[in-house]
Amino acid sequence: MPMPAYMRRYSFRILGFGLCYVGCLVGALAVMRQPWAPTGVGAWGLAILPALPIVGMIWTIFRLIVEADDEYQRFLIVKQVLIATGLTLAIATVWGFLENFELVEDVPGYHVTVLWFAMIGVGGAIARWRA
Amino acid sequence: MKNRLKVLRAERDWSQGDLAERLGISRQSVNAIETGKYDPSLPLAFRIAELFGLAIEEIFLKD
Repeated sequence: MPMPAYMRRYSFRILGFGLCYVGCLVGALAVMRQPWAPTGVGAWGLAILPALPIVGMIWTIFRLIVEADDEYQRFLIVKQVLIATGLTLAIATVWGFLENFELVEDVPGYHVTVLWFAMIGVGGAIARWRA
Repeated sequence: MKNRLKVLRAERDWSQGDLAERLGISRQSVNAIETGKYDPSLPLAFRIAELFGLAIEEIFLKD
């Protein structure tokens, strides 16, 4: 069976935002290393720029839930995202307390998003196990 | 919820893939409904009933 249209759109969007992320990150870092690098509002804008494609990827995953026209597949995707979100919150909470007790090092906040993407993979395997 | 999908499909000599194609869903979805792992929504149940020319309660049965 060919890939459904909603999965094709999802793949194109993830790929597009992925390429956009690499471009934005490399570009923003290159600009920030220049002697004429912007300060103030410009620096804020430049720092936020690489985050935008990541926000796009999050939107892509939730858009997949809206666009999936096969209700059983949509059920599996929702299950996958809920498992991923639950695991991410649990791990982030435990890590936060470990940080408070100075047992582990502080990590940047965006690592939560990276973890969530990894947990989407784990959630997919759990949701589709015996599905 | 039990259902008679497998029997109805066999009577027409349709594979799960054939039924999936007629319903516009994946083969995995047909399998999940057929084996009782997933109960379809009312709109999908109506589509299934319409395809077989039967009433919903003639396909889906209470446990």
